[in-house]
Amino acid sequence: MLGLEKKDFRLMLIVVVLTLLAPFILNPFPEGSELAQFNAGYPDLMQRFVIFGILAIGFNILFGLTGYLSFGHAAFLGVGSYAAVWMFKLLSMNIVPAILLSVVIAGLFSLVIGFVSLRRSGIYFSILTLAFAQMSYALAYSVLTPLTGGETGLQPKASDVRLFDGALEAGENATPSLFGLAMRDTYEMSVGSWVFTFNFGYYVAAVMMILAFYISIRIFRSPFGMMLRAIKSNQTRMSYTGLNSKPYTLAAFVISGMYAGLAGGLLVAMDPQAGAERMFWTASGEIVLMTILGGAGTLIGPVLGAGFIKYFENIVSKINKATLEQWFYWMPDGIEDVMIAIVYPFVGKGWHLTLGLLFMLVVIFLPGGLVQGGQKIAAIFRRKKSSDAKDGATTPAE
Amino acid sequence: MDQIILQILNGLDKGSAYALIALGLTLIFGTLGVVNFAHGALFMMGSFVAVTVSKLLTLSHKVVDETRTDFLGNPLQVDVPYIYDWFGEAAGNVMIDWAVPISILFAIPIMIGIGFAMERGLIKHFYKRPHADQILVTFGLAIVLQEVIKYFYGANPIPTPAPEAFTGSFDFGVAFGFDPNAIIYPYWRLVYFFFSVVVIGAVFAFLQFTTFGMVVRAGMADRETVGLLGIDIDKRFTIMFGIAAAVAGLAGVMYTPILSPNYHMGMDFLVLSFVVVVVGGMGSLPGAVLAGFLLGVLESFASMPWVIDIAPGINQIIIYLVAIIILLTRPRGLMGRKGVMED
Amino acid sequence: MGILEVKGINKRFGGLQALGDVNLSVAENTVHAIIGPNGAGKSTLLNVLVGKLIPDSGSVMFDGQSVLGRKPHEINQMGISRVFQTPEIFSDLSVFENVLIPCFAKRDGSFRMHAIESVFSEKAIHQQAEEILADVNMLEKRHMIASSLSRGDKRRLEMAMCLVQDPRLLLLDEPTAGMARADTENTINLLKEIRTKRGITMAIIEHDMNVVFSLAERITVLAQGTPLVEDTPDNIKGHPKVREAYLGEAQV
Repeated sequence: MLGLEKKDFRLMLIVVVLTLLAPFILNPFPEGSELAQFNAGYPDLMQRFVIFGILAIGFNILFGLTGYLSFGHAAFLGVGSYAAVWMFKLLSMNIVPAILLSVVIAGLFSLVIGFVSLRRSGIYFSILTLAFAQMSYALAYSVLTPLTGGETGLQPKASDVRLFDGALEAGENATPSLFGLAMRDTYEMSVGSWVFTFNFGYYVAAVMMILAFYISIRIFRSPFGMMLRAIKSNQTRMSYTGLNSKPYTLAAFVISGMYAGLAGGLLVAMDPQAGAERMFWTASGEIVLMTILGGAGTLIGPVLGAGFIKYFENIVSKINKATLEQWFYWMPDGIEDVMIAIVYPFVGKGWHLTLGLLFMLVVIFLPGGLVQGGQKIAAIFRRKKSSDAKDGATTPAE
Repeated sequence: MDQIILQILNGLDKGSAYALIALGLTLIFGTLGVVNFAHGALFMMGSFVAVTVSKLLTLSHKVVDETRTDFLGNPLQVDVPYIYDWFGEAAGNVMIDWAVPISILFAIPIMIGIGFAMERGLIKHFYKRPHADQILVTFGLAIVLQEVIKYFYGANPIPTPAPEAFTGSFDFGVAFGFDPNAIIYPYWRLVYFFFSVVVIGAVFAFLQFTTFGMVVRAGMADRETVGLLGIDIDKRFTIMFGIAAAVAGLAGVMYTPILSPNYHMGMDFLVLSFVVVVVGGMGSLPGAVLAGFLLGVLESFASMPWVIDIAPGINQIIIYLVAIIILLTRPRGLMGRKGVMED
Repeated sequence: MGILEVKGINKRFGGLQALGDVNLSVAENTVHAIIGPNGAGKSTLLNVLVGKLIPDSGSVMFDGQSVLGRKPHEINQMGISRVFQTPEIFSDLSVFENVLIPCFAKRDGSFRMHAIESVFSEKAIHQQAEEILADVNMLEKRHMIASSLSRGDKRRLEMAMCLVQDPRLLLLDEPTAGMARADTENTINLLKEIRTKRGITMAIIEHDMNVVFSLAERITVLAQGTPLVEDTPDNIKGHPKVREAYLGEAQV
């Protein structure tokens, strides 16, 4: 189906259903209830789920398949964002040219950086990409201010040319749209005490993510994808098999750069502004974390990782002392205070601490990420089942 | 001419910090084969040792001062540092004034301890894992360390001044026969430079002239052979990790008067120190030191007004630019050895 | 005129003359062994042949084209495949994928951006890969991850990966080094089989005399970086110079 094997098609179908029904799935708790704080079904967060999903899917094509650890991927996200804002400023608030240009510019940018960085491998490659990204960040902040808006960032202004839309009228806000349909258009559906929000921007981004996911499956299953895995496995054999690994890795680098550009463009399409901090190297680290956490080299892993991190970032950073008191109110007083004291550093503003710990725990105990963890658990259950049915015929694992 | 000397001097203190951090990084690369992204955090923690010490020294208790009254006529309560009680007011004041140099005494054991704990508790388990895993786990550790510091000390920089005696500036110009005020250089930066030269010298002497250092150098060159000789190289490498941590920590302690410590200073310096290590040549200790000073000075030259007029923003990117050019033309760096981290 | 013509190769490492005026001609459709005591320059010579080392002087012609200065992947595309001392395989990939990759490399050249079509849709290449796996008796292991194979199987897999490209010259670098007796026998049989079935030209560097004499049709003896003699196995066995340089050493 669609050129996919049965197993991949099933996975694809699951992703499609989950993303399309996300407004329902992510809002399981009725409005006003105590658990409503765990809902994630509002447009802003859902958009981030899918956009960072795209970013991680793209990064996975490079890191998951070839094993080249880029520590500067946020640069492409940033470049894509700037390109998109410029399209808004110069042409029109229609997101089509904005997103097209962000992908193209990020692609070109990654072609240049990739061409230079890929002359080295291993740790040198990581440091080179890191250096390039930090350089871009420093430039965006200082000299390139006319292009990037420097510290204040770049956003549509009244003085913009806007070739197709014409100048903004006084008091008019620039709202990104797709042929007249505004990204922020939202329809709310109330069922009993549940409120489900359907946001146009989310669905645009979701469709893009589904497309990005589909392309990534095709790449994984293609001869090209197999070559990339071969590069990760054994470069010596690769070259003695008559294959030139450089264009392969460069192609993977550019593809993943374009994915990052797309994500950058979509971020701007949802909220028309871009700043240099999007390129900072901690942002690059976060991309790596998403991919690793979900499971580098697996199809679904990066999407899971991105969702997981963005969800917990949102939920955990919202928890404050009052919330904790609510949680632990049933405990005896002394223990309640101790519990709050223990948990408090990790929530709210302490989200980054939790993130760092998570990072370490995943790398130490679960290098294969959530997907590997899931497989391990599944294997335990399967073993149990098969030991229950010992007398049954054994079928070879396929 | 005076401008050139001034820029060289300006570059030296930053270069010293780069050199010290890069030296520790290289020691860890060379001995343990581990890429330590948490090394900047060690530098940052050194700074916070100084912050803590100066805070502890001023730790006070309230005393009712009978001789003074507030505007309502009640006896005034004043804060009296504990060390006044212990050492008397004069000595106490000197100690508070000299908080940063005093911190060195505390920083050495603390940083060595942290280094040991890090190596035994975490890094040890990553020797056989891929470099990517090493980078990632130490990156995670760096985030954790900086967030812990942020939790206890807050997000704002904490000014920690140098001793009164060093707050002035030295007029180099006069000393070299230029006009007065042509080359003004703060004393503390000079102190920092000499301090780093001493530390670097000490590390090199330690490696050069002790049997311990000889074994470590042999281990850096060929770990397996040294292991075959029946020498327990692992224990020595742990100690080297502690020393590397202490060097980074000392660099941080002494840097506090130049840059008020904040929780993310480690990360800022780390990226640059990596670049320094790569430029110097992965695994080469003299290379790391040389490249550290070189890039520090280069950065300061790039900040000269007429240079910025010609190439705006060059001061922001010069180090990266140099690193990229070096990596592409001399892949092993200025003084790199063959076969280090090249798989 | 052989398919591989090596003329006047010199290579120095610092003060050490690793190869001195090496001339070698491998005729098409023969098994040519290069033997010699340790440090005779066998591995250096091999590295020159595959483009890993560039000699100080001399020429290496393969089928009328110079090999020197080309990268390993270009040399492979000319039709030279190499088997390593310790098998170099894609250990994270399945056995089947290990064989598919050289098939693609043979058909599509050193780079092709076939990113959208599925591997599974390439029927012809699948068939090719299955045939070669059947040839080396590994068809039933095709879904195994290569790293989990036994040492002998890894060697067979590497051989299959080279053979599936139908190379015009197969270079073997001590294919039985470190193998147990039984594995060595198996490898010899495998190579003989390949030889009779496919008639591939082979240049083999080997230490084990048993392997050399049961396979080779021509033998070149290297000593201290220079070829000593080149002859048929029978003549080599009795050659006094060779005894002195090599076999004599083995009898001590």
